[in-house]
Amino acid sequence: MDDPSESTSAAKHKFMLFVSGMSVKSGHAIENLRIICDKYFTDNYELEIIDISRDTEQAVIHQIVAIPTLIKTDPAPKRIILGDLSDKEKVLRILNIIE
Amino acid sequence: MQKESKSNSFIFPKTPTGVDGLDEITDGGFPKGRPTLICGGAGCGKTLLSMQFLIKGITEYNEPGVFMSFEEPSHDLTLNVKSLGFDLEKLKTDKKLVVDYVRVERSEIEEAGEYDLDGLFIRLGHAIDSIKATRVVLDTIESLFSGLDNQAILRAELRRLFHWLKTKGVTAIITGERGEATLTRQGLEEYVSDCVIVLDHRVIEQVSTRRLRIVKYRGSTHGTNEYPFLIDDDGISVLPITSLKLDNEVSSDVISTGVPGLNNMFQGGGFFRGSNILVSGTAGTAKTTIACYFAAEQCEKKEKTIYFAFEESPQQLVRNMKSINVNLEKYIKNGTLQIHSSRPSLNGLELHLLTLRKLIRDFKPTTIIIDPISNLITVGSEHEVRSMLVRLIDMLKVNNITALFTSLNKQTDNFRPDLAEESVSSLVDTWITVRDMEGIGERNRGIFIVKSRGMGHSNQVREFIITSNGIELLDVELGPQGILTGTARKSHQIKKTMSDIKLQNEINRKDREIARKRRILEANIEALKNEFESAEEELNILKATEELQEKLGSKKN
Repeated sequence: MDDPSESTSAAKHKFMLFVSGMSVKSGHAIENLRIICDKYFTDNYELEIIDISRDTEQAVIHQIVAIPTLIKTDPAPKRIILGDLSDKEKVLRILNIIE
Repeated sequence: MQKESKSNSFIFPKTPTGVDGLDEITDGGFPKGRPTLICGGAGCGKTLLSMQFLIKGITEYNEPGVFMSFEEPSHDLTLNVKSLGFDLEKLKTDKKLVVDYVRVERSEIEEAGEYDLDGLFIRLGHAIDSIKATRVVLDTIESLFSGLDNQAILRAELRRLFHWLKTKGVTAIITGERGEATLTRQGLEEYVSDCVIVLDHRVIEQVSTRRLRIVKYRGSTHGTNEYPFLIDDDGISVLPITSLKLDNEVSSDVISTGVPGLNNMFQGGGFFRGSNILVSGTAGTAKTTIACYFAAEQCEKKEKTIYFAFEESPQQLVRNMKSINVNLEKYIKNGTLQIHSSRPSLNGLELHLLTLRKLIRDFKPTTIIIDPISNLITVGSEHEVRSMLVRLIDMLKVNNITALFTSLNKQTDNFRPDLAEESVSSLVDTWITVRDMEGIGERNRGIFIVKSRGMGHSNQVREFIITSNGIELLDVELGPQGILTGTARKSHQIKKTMSDIKLQNEINRKDREIARKRRILEANIEALKNEFESAEEELNILKATEELQEKLGSKKN
């Protein structure tokens, strides 16, 4: 594990990203998340992308209101981030990643 | 979308709410296929009203509905409305209702970048499509504002949401908390502009009244007043002013007052059916007794009667009336009479009116008695009482119900009873006053008719007494100073009989004297006759002697 970020790198990150169809914001969110994950977690993460326009039940179960929504389930604490993740610094701060 | 403008006879498409009375005010219900905003302070019945809209839609109009709750979890909602007899679980399993609880917890959520509320749209769209719902409730969508930071996005999305609801063709209710200067805290009325209803919960002099007002209703006429509404076991019922015009049918049927003698004071022999009768008087002048007599009379004729007693409990009333030979119990048993007792301060005036209305609808009485209406004044101001009574009387007139009210006058008003009636007197058709007539060390009861619309009536003050056999109107006794009552009546009667006896004695004496005189006369006649006879006899003897002497004389010659 050749990870540059020390504090959070040990644990494996699990993400759920809720998107809806092919909306622009959903596209951006996927893109932004990929960049962050590839940079900071390399291969040590799991990302599940859920399209709620096809899988509506999931939206109800996870109380999804806004799209796109990113839920970090592991490691604890659970964090929910709304938006297309374009504010990279804020995302990193929420995910507790120090550059 | 859905711009409808055709002919003049066009009727605005509406969705009946199923809320008692609200359809009348809105002239048919909420605008079909459009969102309606219901706003008001905490605890004024927004959730209940919208829930009732959904449930009545399902049970009465077979229109499935979606309830999207932002405040209460589905389970809590189910429990809350269960007390009103609505079984959400059953409706859910029947695929008629979807309850979706949307929870937005600010503490858990961070925002990073642009987003939209597609999640909400998709959930709502899915719920609507899954049961083909035509009614939707969003309760209270403003919660989103406290959960999410980006107000600009939220506002844009809400605008989109309401537009989207319109294109979906669902009739929606959006509830909103009342704001400081605006109708809702977040100014939702900007977005939902077709129909806005404000609910209000006010406490005036410790009595609370809920009120409802339609602020705006595009494309339709509607009542503009504040209408009181009631939440009870059956949910919400709104009380519209029952009739704005005075064009109810009238009956010229005459019904008996129940009090023997009182009927004779009316030329027609009683009250008109469907009229309002006011019995006013000071304390202890037998207003309740007269009311009970009327009730008993009506029950005897199989007329359904409701007696609202604001002073006595049913048991007490029945017991008290038994003492004067009025048996109300048998009418209660055979179902023609209902007695409802409550303290006036139990409810606001409007609630009393609503209770009356409900009872009238359920029991369908032809007679109601309110004993006394003056007690209601303790609940509201004179103006409010009057406006309530106007509505009550309107309601009764429309249903052709004969109503008898009693009203307590204050002792000080004794001299001018016409001023004491909280201006009710102009509303009633017949007004009977019972009053004390105080004289030398005693108090008597008198009854007279102040007015009787459309019927001639006696102008006399009749004294009446209450015995263990009931009310008895006494005949008028005229003395030198006018009508006599009580002891004066009795002494007058004794005097009268005394002089009668004296007169009779005198006549008898005179008769005897005449008889005696006749006897004397007859005796005199007899004596004269005898005298005459003896004189005649003497003459005859004299004549005979003379003849004899002549005979003897001729023999000598």
